[in-house]
Amino acid sequence: MNPTPVAADKQGTMEDPNHPLNRLTPEQVEELGRELQAIHDEVFAELGATDAAYIRRLVKVHRRLAALSRIALMNSRFTPMLVAGTAGLSVAKILENMELGHNILHGQWDWMNDPKIHSSTWDWDNVTPSSAWKHSHNFVHHTYTNVLGKDRDVGYDTIRIDHRQRWKPAYLAQPAYNVLLAMFFEWGIAIYDLDFPAVKKGRKSKEQLHDEVRAIGRKAGRQVFKDYIAFPLLSGRGWKRTLAANLTANVARNVWTNAIIYCGHFPDQAYVFTKSEAEDESQGAWYLRQLIGAANIEGSDLFHLMSGNLSFQVEHHLFPDMPSSRYKEIAPRVKEICEAYELPYNTGPFLQQWWSVPRKILRLALPGGGPRPKPGPYVAPPVPAHASGGDALRAPFPSAV
Amino acid sequence: MVERAARPQISQVRRTLVKVGRTLTTPLVPDDYLELLNPRWSMRELRGHVVSITPETPSCSTIAIRPSAPWRGHRAGQYLRVGVEIDGIRHWRAYTLTSDPDHPDGLLSITVKHVDEGAVSPWFTELCQPGEIVFLGDAEGSFAVPEPVPAKLLMITAGSGITPVWSLLRGLAARDGLGDVVHVHCCHDEDDFIFGRALTAADEREPGYTLVTHYRRDHDRLAPDGLDRLCPDWRERTTFLSGPGELIDTFVAHWDEHGDRDLLHLERFQPVIGGDATVAAGEGGVIRFRVTDFEATSDGRTSILEAGEQAGGTLPHGCRMGVCHTCKCTLIHGRVRDLRTGEVSGIPGESIRTCINAPEGPIELDEGHVVIKGTNARSQR
Repeated sequence: MNPTPVAADKQGTMEDPNHPLNRLTPEQVEELGRELQAIHDEVFAELGATDAAYIRRLVKVHRRLAALSRIALMNSRFTPMLVAGTAGLSVAKILENMELGHNILHGQWDWMNDPKIHSSTWDWDNVTPSSAWKHSHNFVHHTYTNVLGKDRDVGYDTIRIDHRQRWKPAYLAQPAYNVLLAMFFEWGIAIYDLDFPAVKKGRKSKEQLHDEVRAIGRKAGRQVFKDYIAFPLLSGRGWKRTLAANLTANVARNVWTNAIIYCGHFPDQAYVFTKSEAEDESQGAWYLRQLIGAANIEGSDLFHLMSGNLSFQVEHHLFPDMPSSRYKEIAPRVKEICEAYELPYNTGPFLQQWWSVPRKILRLALPGGGPRPKPGPYVAPPVPAHASGGDALRAPFPSAV
Repeated sequence: MVERAARPQISQVRRTLVKVGRTLTTPLVPDDYLELLNPRWSMRELRGHVVSITPETPSCSTIAIRPSAPWRGHRAGQYLRVGVEIDGIRHWRAYTLTSDPDHPDGLLSITVKHVDEGAVSPWFTELCQPGEIVFLGDAEGSFAVPEPVPAKLLMITAGSGITPVWSLLRGLAARDGLGDVVHVHCCHDEDDFIFGRALTAADEREPGYTLVTHYRRDHDRLAPDGLDRLCPDWRERTTFLSGPGELIDTFVAHWDEHGDRDLLHLERFQPVIGGDATVAAGEGGVIRFRVTDFEATSDGRTSILEAGEQAGGTLPHGCRMGVCHTCKCTLIHGRVRDLRTGEVSGIPGESIRTCINAPEGPIELDEGHVVIKGTNARSQR
């Protein structure tokens, strides 16, 4: 089916006849939901010792790397130690926040029933306390993904990232404060999780806010003491260099996580919904919204690991509680479903995905702006000619009629 | 929430070192790094390794375990939560402690009956090898002989329900308490009689201990009306009853009608939640779930889990009878009443099982991780 031609300013809105919510019948949407749920259930039935070994190995790798990097930095007066320690600590912090922290806090490993790797007990190397994060991220963002006025992650209360957000003069400064936000992302998230707008509107009690501010204070105090006082002190005369190294590692982690997270929902491809579009939706419609509201990043296995497999943002949003190590393996099946239902499968190389975000932030700092073009239905790349012969030989013989 | 092992007792010196070390390892603890060097150096959870597996009957084995830290002791008749990892998943089950509280080598034992459809018991009876690591909880349970020891005792057991009574009998024997004990045991036949050889020998040797066997090979199921024949003076005896649920129910009804209920002690392996009229109902209250941001109300007889579900919430749950701990949530404020015992408890930060607790006044909970697919139920909340 060829997409019906549509004016550029209507793309991605409900006036666009190609919008997946317009094109699929309710029955098709339900069927889509069932097919996706089947992938989820199949993977969950298989989870076992191999998966457990993966996450435990990664926990060990992170802890060894963190310990060695801290020891190297105690000798930061020697430049090679400083460089190795800074790089190691940055990588350790990224691994801990992304592939471990984010995913464990989602409950992806709760099925193991291991209290050391469990959403209810894990705390990450980040100033945001895990309990506040579970509300703002796991519940609000993952339930109401990309719904304007419901999902606060659409612009994090401070950025105009969709043309339907009403412009105000403060947005003129957004290109500048975005750079700062990227550098100090963990602090931005901690403040964001407090959800001041909800307190203002009376949806959140002062008492709860008070609890949460104290929790952040305790958490942040411990983090700051560790990185900026205790370890520099242990480095003796090299304390300035260790302090700078720890700051560098934290900023490197912040900038990297910020880039990966922005690539998850802010690229042009991802759909944003209005409240009425997401109201009273069925399970199938929820799956559909997750599917077209997220965007993947293409890359190597190492890249996927360093991004906490959020480079499989589409799969993560469909199955937020599935172990991230399984996303790569189910991605082809999600693509097949996209192809069968003529739905987009949002993906692209890192720089392409990333660049579309600052471009949008710059444009929408000014009033106006319109929807960006949306990709058409996913079409599998043609199978190379030499591969098809091999498949024919490997297929069961005689072939079924 | 997740079920945890007991915390080993650690010295004051170690506790202080951990506190200081934590400033460097936060948000982890020093033990998380110590265990990279040697897993035995971590004192975060009480573990044990299996020392031996001794078959008691063709379908039942006693597993001897050496704990990773000195055992804090237990009372005869108590049970132990034991965690085992099978195909990457940790399972917890409660088994009677069949070892003596003061074992000279500091060993513990549990006696496990094979259940075909079970996930854990076949692992113990068929796959477990010496050296295997298990996780240990605390000793729990209030099945015990009162002090001073009553003059006349009656034990009624069926199948693997014999295990806590075995512990009680050994406890009595150790302090010369086997003055006048009648023990009625029901099982299929001699081969199916757990601890059968030892108890038969005791019957011959100990003048105060009388064993009455009731084999289902030869008779119908053990029923209360058979008591007048098996132990005519049962009404005067302090009685300990342990076995399957239906057996307990029929005997409890019999005691209610014909005997003195105060003299009857029970070990049920499956608790009754909320339906027990002898447990007083509490005042109930409003429950606020902080992560998914909604409220529910319980009348005091409805568990937090049920009240939350009736209000349209999605909550973690498993067995719904207080065994599996899957439903555990963190209590932020307020107090809760245990629907099985009527006990009121609760301190902020404690994790509670929502399936067996009702709120006692207003409470607030952190329900942990949830995935809500489709916003139908609560979009307009």
